[in-house]
Amino acid sequence: MMKQVLHLRVNEQAHELYVEPHKTLLEVLREDLNLTGTKHGCELGECGACTVLVDGTPILACLALPVALQGREITTVEGLAHGAELHPLQRAFAELNAAQCGYCTAGMLLSAKALLDREQHPTRDQIRAALAGNLCRCTGYEKILDAVERASNQ
Amino acid sequence: MLRLPRFSYHAPRSIDDAVKLRAQYGNDAMFVAGGTDLYPNMKRRQVEPKVLIGLNALDELRGISNGDGVTIRAGATLAQISSSPILQSEYSALAVAAHLVSTPQLRAMGTLGGNLCLDTRCNYYDQEFWWRKALGFCMKKDGDVCMVAPGSPRCWAVSSTDCAPVVMALDGRVRLVSPRGERVIAASELYRDDGMLYLGKESDELLTEIILPPADGTKSVYLKLRRRDAFDFPILGVAAALRFAPNGEIETARIVLGGVGSRPLECVEAARVLVGQKLSREAIDAAAEAAWKPARPLDNTDSTHSYRKKMARVYVARALEELAA
Repeated sequence: MMKQVLHLRVNEQAHELYVEPHKTLLEVLREDLNLTGTKHGCELGECGACTVLVDGTPILACLALPVALQGREITTVEGLAHGAELHPLQRAFAELNAAQCGYCTAGMLLSAKALLDREQHPTRDQIRAALAGNLCRCTGYEKILDAVERASNQ
Repeated sequence: MLRLPRFSYHAPRSIDDAVKLRAQYGNDAMFVAGGTDLYPNMKRRQVEPKVLIGLNALDELRGISNGDGVTIRAGATLAQISSSPILQSEYSALAVAAHLVSTPQLRAMGTLGGNLCLDTRCNYYDQEFWWRKALGFCMKKDGDVCMVAPGSPRCWAVSSTDCAPVVMALDGRVRLVSPRGERVIAASELYRDDGMLYLGKESDELLTEIILPPADGTKSVYLKLRRRDAFDFPILGVAAALRFAPNGEIETARIVLGGVGSRPLECVEAARVLVGQKLSREAIDAAAEAAWKPARPLDNTDSTHSYRKKMARVYVARALEELAA
């Protein structure tokens, strides 16, 4: 199939790309834009490792086609920090050891960011609900919930 | 790594154009909205369309409008369904069912139309290509036997949509558009008791709207059985909708089970038992008993089929208890 010209906005930067339409957003982010912070997990929508934000809403990059996301604002984990200054969520995750192997962390951070952007001081249950689509096999979740709570109080 | 097979992608600007494209490319083409069901299936090579007709950009497929009942465009996302004030207040079972689908990410992507057309599921079908090849392909894709019931001439893959039982219980209808024009059919007619040809619409018909009649005081509820509280498809879903007369007697009743067969199962006998009665303990138990009997889950989803069968009675009773409360 023919490559197509795509116009994508990622982390507030405009990109013109030349890719085949069957490449998922996850593949384009990692392979064409070298943004490898977004992780390959199950690739079937069953783990949340590839979570990114589209216009502020968490979606799965493994099941999204860039061709259908032109003109939307895509945020990946690389878009969270401002220069050397970490996002409060990133700082809280580091301080509380909310990442162990770290594979789920990018997705966790983005689901949590979307929550805090619409709900400044969420309850523990609201945090759980917002992170229900992100699996972690290491932490047992408690430190992740603690970190989101800490970030919401900063 | 699981990559999508190659395809060409079209983004029509109107329903009319979408339907014309489907006619032009025939059975090589498929419609796609959220992609949360289709893309995993394509990655596992369960379906391999050469052409995709993307519906995301169609404004005509967005929105929920309130008038004589409620009309939901098929492209409304499950997140929009679950947070819609009119659905929450008057058709609460649908808002609940949409909220119980998978995860926040998939509810933001997936649509009501997509959930109603969800491919039927089976432990022997929803596997990667190499897995199916190693075991031998089943009749739903590439093979000619049913792995669940090897002597069976038919496929027993399971209807696993949360929203279909609810739309049926609410007496909903759906609008279908094709090059031949459009028609509106009862939601119950959208399903066939066949794991392969599970939709009662032509493959070139696009589902554009879900139409719910005026709620008129109907109370509805949806309960879902699954192993985890997120991600999982239902291994049993119970949708119940009742309308009460001022004296407390039940005027109309519909109970529909999901996850127990290749199509949502309308429990006609259970509804008949309830009409004209008050929702007493005895009536609830009689309806649960009647609903339980025709449910015949097979050993092809999570959990054992005997447990799922037993739970059909328990969940119907619990659903009715919620409506009695």
